[in-house]
Amino acid sequence: MPQQVALTINGRRREDYVEPRLLLVHYLREVAGLTGTHIACDTSQCGACTVLVDGEAVKSCSVFTVQADGKRVTTIEGLAEDGTLHPVQQAFWNEHGLQCGFCTPGFIMAAAYLLQQNPSPTDEEIERGLEGNLCRCTGYENIRKAVRSASAAMSGMAESRDLVGSVAAPVED
Amino acid sequence: MAVTTMIGARIQRREDPKLITGHGNFIDDVNLVNMAHMSIVRSPHAHARIRSVDTSAARAATGVVAVLTAADFKSVILGPLPVSNSFVADKKQVPEQFPIAADEVAYAGEPVAVVVAEDRYLADDAAQLVVVDYEPLPAVMDIEKAMEPGSPLVKSDRPDNIGWDAPFPAGDIDAVFAEAEIVIKQRIGQQRLFPTPMETRGCVADYVPYDNRVTLWTSTQVPHFVRLFVGGALGVPESQFRVVSHDVGGGFGSKIRPYPEEYLATAASKITERPVKWIEDRTESLQATTHGRGQIFDAEVAANRDGTLLGLKFTQLLDIGAYHGVFSAFQVVACLLGGGCYNWKAINARSIGVFTNRMSTDPYRGAGRPEATHLVERMVDLVAAEIGMDPAEVRRKNFVTTFPHTNNFGLVYDSGDYAKSLDRAMANIDYAGLRKRQADLRAQGRYTGIGFSTYVEICGLGPSAATAPAAGVALVESSMVRVHPTGSVTVSVGTHSHGQSHETTFAQITADALGVPYDSVEIHHGDTGDTPFGYGTYGSRSLAVGGMAIMASCHKVVEKAKKLAAHAFEASEDDIVVDQGRYFVRGNPAESKALAELAFASYGAGLPEGMEHGLEAVSYFDPPNFVWPFGCHICAVEVDVETGAVTIDRYVAVDDCGNVINPMVVDGQLHGGIAQGISQALFEEVQYDDETGQMLNGTMLDYLIPTMAEMPRFELDRTVTPSPTNELGVKGIGEAGTIASSIAVINAITDALSPFGIKHVEMPARPDRLWSMIKEARA
Repeated sequence: MPQQVALTINGRRREDYVEPRLLLVHYLREVAGLTGTHIACDTSQCGACTVLVDGEAVKSCSVFTVQADGKRVTTIEGLAEDGTLHPVQQAFWNEHGLQCGFCTPGFIMAAAYLLQQNPSPTDEEIERGLEGNLCRCTGYENIRKAVRSASAAMSGMAESRDLVGSVAAPVED
Repeated sequence: MAVTTMIGARIQRREDPKLITGHGNFIDDVNLVNMAHMSIVRSPHAHARIRSVDTSAARAATGVVAVLTAADFKSVILGPLPVSNSFVADKKQVPEQFPIAADEVAYAGEPVAVVVAEDRYLADDAAQLVVVDYEPLPAVMDIEKAMEPGSPLVKSDRPDNIGWDAPFPAGDIDAVFAEAEIVIKQRIGQQRLFPTPMETRGCVADYVPYDNRVTLWTSTQVPHFVRLFVGGALGVPESQFRVVSHDVGGGFGSKIRPYPEEYLATAASKITERPVKWIEDRTESLQATTHGRGQIFDAEVAANRDGTLLGLKFTQLLDIGAYHGVFSAFQVVACLLGGGCYNWKAINARSIGVFTNRMSTDPYRGAGRPEATHLVERMVDLVAAEIGMDPAEVRRKNFVTTFPHTNNFGLVYDSGDYAKSLDRAMANIDYAGLRKRQADLRAQGRYTGIGFSTYVEICGLGPSAATAPAAGVALVESSMVRVHPTGSVTVSVGTHSHGQSHETTFAQITADALGVPYDSVEIHHGDTGDTPFGYGTYGSRSLAVGGMAIMASCHKVVEKAKKLAAHAFEASEDDIVVDQGRYFVRGNPAESKALAELAFASYGAGLPEGMEHGLEAVSYFDPPNFVWPFGCHICAVEVDVETGAVTIDRYVAVDDCGNVINPMVVDGQLHGGIAQGISQALFEEVQYDDETGQMLNGTMLDYLIPTMAEMPRFELDRTVTPSPTNELGVKGIGEAGTIASSIAVINAITDALSPFGIKHVEMPARPDRLWSMIKEARA
């Protein structure tokens, strides 16, 4: 039986009836029409489907939509603000951190989360923070560079901005 | 006048804004009204006879539109999958493969039935309800046993399991071996690999019954190939069959063939009169998308004690899988490149392709050249170790030094300077310092090693004079350059990027060739509806062949623009000077016209007598030769002899791909290429059960794709030796990293373990393999 869910996605609330088995990633792609979140492994190794749920990086292929009921979800489409790229997006562009671009949305979301948690990670911390994401094109060299460069750019900002306007406050139970 | 050269500039990619904001258009992003979803029932057996297929329960399931088997497709799909096999002139067997099995399956993952349903969940549910009664047959998994007379057959209608057996002799090998001071034998494996693009395959087929028109969206490297063959098999002419491939999430060779599912989805759309979508899941992808490598080389090298290389003998045993991949026989090129960048008196190679009950192998990044490099660089190191000479010096002593160079098999290396890249790589890694450190650490019981790979590769596939007799196709490339009335430019090409940045680099070339702003150039590819016929993107050919096709069209446009300028200035065409896109009469640059002005005039009234309207050109480029990138990679490793774990301390590469269009893109291609070679050396291996033919590591949980933590920093450098065979002076860089890197790592590991008397290490050099070898050596 379909169940009613209400999610706030990239700052916009929507309500839908979904099958209990519908994965969050399929909901985002096929119901909400946000196809920037990708599926690449089906077994939660690759991280291409990474989104933020209540501000925390989550692999949306391993969450049912009904589990995200009432939560705030940020996808790659919601990362840029007012037409300005998030520093991580800008850094991936500047540093050639992508080639085919299929893993990229997941990497950017995971890296944005990493830098929110740890604004100045060491290389080892970057490697640990992104070990849940796979890329087959770049050999990771320029992804590492992009994360470092985003970190530097963000430390130059007066105040590290929230990943989304809606992330900052923890969800009340 | 300011120089505004785009060629050689590090400019950011125009592909990226959509990709970093989630607005790419990959295959699963294509959705049509009334679209149904296809799920494929695949054989769980490596080899079995199909007794019956019962679809009744599946047909009755919720949301099911149709359940189809081979019998349903027989009248719709009229031909088999294509195979390009004339590469092998000698004994060969080319069994036909139809997109769906009728009465016998020959690999685990072969399609047996198709379910079309209202959504992908329902299609997968119903697929579980299809009952297939199989009679299991013996699985042929060992390529050497498969060659023996009396071996069980991969498929019961075949005479034996030999796909080809082709000798490649060059020179009097017996005389050369007889005179040699040393002869060394070695068996060298090339394990099977999953190409593993991050985006799996998939397609959306829309057959419109009223007028027999098809649009097929698919994730491919070769849209025109797909149209040619899928259209042909379904009886739809090219003019009514459009293949569209938007963003492609990687390919690495695994998307260069028309696949069974493209036929099945199109036929299913015709049968159900619905648009049909199929998206491969990862386990399907690992089972049913072509694999790479899967070879064994038995090699013998003859040399003298002063380090002079004399002769090389080897046999390539290649695991074809159950059916030929479209270009499986291309991998025989390993025989022709087995001599690498050295002089040899004689080489005698033989390639035997053997069928097994596995998925087909087909080109995977490098396709035959990584195998050739791995082979020759391993054998050279064995010679160096045997005679106690520095491996760098053995290489230097035997390098080809004059160009063009005709190798033992008649292939002509266009240009090179192999010693230069070796010297530079040794300087960059501080070779002398590294050797000293190695000695110091060994005294402390730590084992480090240094591995060389000096490589040359054949790229820019390829001259029709060579490819037509060899592969049955003229691998030329095409372009159409159209200057619109107000000066913007559309360039349509037959190649198709799947991460190579063509939209950026091709625009750089066009901007320079026409003297127009970079931003005014738009590149179209991937849609057969608006691009000229092309052979697609693989074999590091898109720039050296496709880029030259763009140049050819640009030249034609400039020639016509000169006529328009001559007419406008009432001057002789011979007096028109073209400089940075400005056209003027010699001596009078102050009065000039831009290409945009001439384009506008070309669509207006008052053209010169007899001139056609418009400013555009179509060209096909047939290269005069292949192009030959080369370089030197040096890897420094440490092996923990207690655990067998390998750490890469340094990875230095000096590559030469001729002139560079965009250095950022070239470096990126090298990073990814090197990573894939390192990954083959250390981690990856497709595993099947030897008895049952079941895949043992058919998920990304089980198949090790490295993460960032496993990859070293890449220290890149380059030399620039332009190719004399094309105007751009370019070679190719998509595969170089992979071609060079696996053996740099393996030679480094072997060097590290040499104190244990270990002379050779197979791939993947996993900790358990090394630990066992060290333990055995110590005993």
